[in-house]
Amino acid sequence: MGHTLSVRQLEAWYGSNQTLKGINMEIASNHVTAIIGPSGCGKSTFVRCINRMHETLPGSKVKGEIILDGESIYEQDPVVLRKMVGMVFQKPNPFPSMSIYENVVAGVRLNGMRNKKTLQDIAEKSLRMAALWDEVKDRLNYSGMSLSGGQQQRLCIARALAVEPSVLLMDEPASALDPIATMHIEGLVRQLKEDYTILIVTHNMQQAARIADSTAFFLNGELVEHGPTSEIFTNPNDKRTEDYITGRFG
Amino acid sequence: MNDIFRKYQNWLMLIVFIIATIIALIPLFGVLGYVLKNGLSALNIQFFINLPKAMGLPGGGMANAIVGTLIMVLIASLIGIPIGILAAIYLTEYDRHSWLSTVVRFATDVLTGIPSIIVGIVIYTAVVLKMGNFSALAGGLALAIIMIPLIIRSTEEMLKLVSHSIREAGYALGISKGKTILKIVLPTAAKGIITGAMLAVARVAGETAPLLFTALGNQYWARSLNEPIASLPVQIFQYATSPYKEWHQLAWAGSLVLILMVIILNLVARFAFRSRSI
Amino acid sequence: MSKQYKLTASLGDQILRLLTLSMAIGVLVLMVWMGWQMFDTARPSIQRFGLGFITSRVWDPVKEQFGALPFIYGTLVTSFLALLLAAPIGLGVAIFLNEMAESRFRAVVGFLVEMLAAIPSVVYGLWGIFVLAPWLKTTVEPGLAKWLGFIPLFQGTPVGFGMLAGGLILAVMILPTIAAISREVMAAVPNMQREAALALGATKWEMIRVAVLPYAKSGIMGGIMLGLGRALGETMAVTMVIGNRPDILASLFAPAYSMAAVIANEFTEATYDLYLSALVEIGLILFGITLVLNFFARLLVWSVGRGPKGGSIV
Ligand SMILES: Nc1ncnc2c1ncn2[C@@H]1O[C@H](COP(=O)(O)OP(=O)(O)OP(=O)(O)O)[C@@H](O)[C@H]1O
Ligand SMILES: [Mg+2]
Repeated sequence: MGHTLSVRQLEAWYGSNQTLKGINMEIASNHVTAIIGPSGCGKSTFVRCINRMHETLPGSKVKGEIILDGESIYEQDPVVLRKMVGMVFQKPNPFPSMSIYENVVAGVRLNGMRNKKTLQDIAEKSLRMAALWDEVKDRLNYSGMSLSGGQQQRLCIARALAVEPSVLLMDEPASALDPIATMHIEGLVRQLKEDYTILIVTHNMQQAARIADSTAFFLNGELVEHGPTSEIFTNPNDKRTEDYITGRFG
Repeated sequence: MNDIFRKYQNWLMLIVFIIATIIALIPLFGVLGYVLKNGLSALNIQFFINLPKAMGLPGGGMANAIVGTLIMVLIASLIGIPIGILAAIYLTEYDRHSWLSTVVRFATDVLTGIPSIIVGIVIYTAVVLKMGNFSALAGGLALAIIMIPLIIRSTEEMLKLVSHSIREAGYALGISKGKTILKIVLPTAAKGIITGAMLAVARVAGETAPLLFTALGNQYWARSLNEPIASLPVQIFQYATSPYKEWHQLAWAGSLVLILMVIILNLVARFAFRSRSI
Repeated sequence: MSKQYKLTASLGDQILRLLTLSMAIGVLVLMVWMGWQMFDTARPSIQRFGLGFITSRVWDPVKEQFGALPFIYGTLVTSFLALLLAAPIGLGVAIFLNEMAESRFRAVVGFLVEMLAAIPSVVYGLWGIFVLAPWLKTTVEPGLAKWLGFIPLFQGTPVGFGMLAGGLILAVMILPTIAAISREVMAAVPNMQREAALALGATKWEMIRVAVLPYAKSGIMGGIMLGLGRALGETMAVTMVIGNRPDILASLFAPAYSMAAVIANEFTEATYDLYLSALVEIGLILFGITLVLNFFARLLVWSVGRGPKGGSIV
């Protein structure tokens, strides 16, 4: 089951450059929440704060609070937190030294799971969820790099799912893919919300409209508006949201 | 300026550079040619299985020296490679931009330029004098000190080639930084690291000066790592500077074997592991 | 990251970090320790002879007289001779490979030049004894004496084993260093510079002269200094061809001795402490010189491009 997230007064910096300014946001469980906004507005930074990846960069700083199912994420070991909050990156990044199979089970295996049967089951289950199983089941020992871009991205999704997170962060997961592969991923996201809370960053307004239950619009490091997708797209409260959606800037 | 003059000047300079390159390669072929010619005629099966014979008698071999070189290079690798890789991990994974890393990097570069005989002196005073005898261990340790900076720099270069997104992918799966480094980043850079290690091995396998007063040399088999041990380079040196024709022959044969070892290591490192794309 | 949040790392992670940190610091410790070890052993000699050690030309272990001047002289003469020959040729090789040769040819010839550095120095020495020195004695030195004999450098009996042989062998051995570093710094010259020169109608050589060499100049100087450092400390090949006689003579044909060579030859024969101490003091001087030389050479090379900055992390 997915978990709820609540973000309170979140601020983030790169060096002296403030990227997020007082973000307050409630994220419902088993929902797909889309993050939209012009380039550089802080979308990536926002999702990277949720799994505490932002703070791994030298010179970065975070303030505020993020509550995952009632508990502050800053009270937890970030390594443990990241098992609960999975992430898929913009560019597919399978581990080059590992086979398809090893890629999928990397998270589980490197955290101590040794049982071969269990690992195989996890691999199959995750690959099926990522809609990749049929395409790779005969070549699990091939390098992960031997797959096409779209397949690599689904491999990365399978890899994230294998650790059984409850929240899945996706930072423009389809931006490097062609329309068919994009369709695959979108179908996948719709299915996955049965089990996960999903945050997806996208530049593509139609994509947000197709898959997201709710949508949040970011501008210059601020959250301008957050509400049900249909409302944001048809009847936004804020003038800036409307301008962005109708293509008047950004 | 006159265009014809410029054209001829250009042409002349290009020829000068070609000639420089040819001159540079003459000694390479000179050395390789003589080693091949004299070495092949002196090389036979006895060379590989016999011990040295007394004062210029024919039929001696360098079996103990070949084994001695292998042993000391192994000791050096066991010490030098892990230390070098660990230090390189610190420089790339933990503290890439700090002043400490810059200083260590600089010191590493400077260390590669210290004459190898200096390492021999230091190990003599610090190890041989303290232990009371020359030994394979002292020799291996000296070679290890020469290897460490080479390994650090080559490993660092290779780790830097690993994309940051690979590391982030590891963290995002809830894999700790340490495990991400050891199980994901290092294997990704493995080919390049092995290449660097092989080149470092090739480099120290031919070292003579640091062994002269650490391993010393031995006409017989060493029975333990704690006694003087023969090595190919030292043996070649002793035979080359001896007055006996038979020993000169053996020196050429030894050189051929040594050069083959070094060149094969270089070729394998560069071509078998060449794909450096990550 | 701000203090209010806790960032924990597991024990294993902390151990790995400390382990790698200690190895990195170990490199610094190693360098200081090497200097200290030698200084400690050399102390009796330093106290006994003081500065006279490097100005005296008497090296007589029987009388307990130790002066390093002949060795310093032999080392400097052979090294500078090597530099004189290797610097222009090495630079020529670098220009040819980087700016002129097509890529397949470049790979092969580049590999061959690197092989020059891979040949063990004892093999160069062997070749020096049996090929180079006899050839110098019968052909080169008589020829030089005949045509340039009015210069003191080329007077005297041709012996073969001497400073000329040492300098020649060193030239071969440091050439790959000079070529490799020059190539590295020339490769760091932005292509825009070259294109700008060509666009102005420069010939290839003019482009190299105005766009490449000025930009790479300090790095090339660094490469030459690194080559010099290598020549100063090179032991085996020099030991085998320089003649090993502690004299200071003007003729390049004359046998001489180098700092590294005297250490290699006499170290295991040093029968009493002061003798050993004097040899280690020679090593200490060599260590000091190469340390300083490498320090400045690396500064120069680092200043051109590939320096310590490294890539950005993201
Ligand atoms: N590693 C970094 N170092 C310094 N500044 C950064 C870094 N990454 C991002 N920034 C800055 O932070 C701001 C927000 O960046 P972020 O990547 O969150 O934007 P984004 O909304 O994801 O943009 P895009 O749609 O282009 O991915 C930008 O102004 C960017 O320049
Ligand atoms: Mg982004």
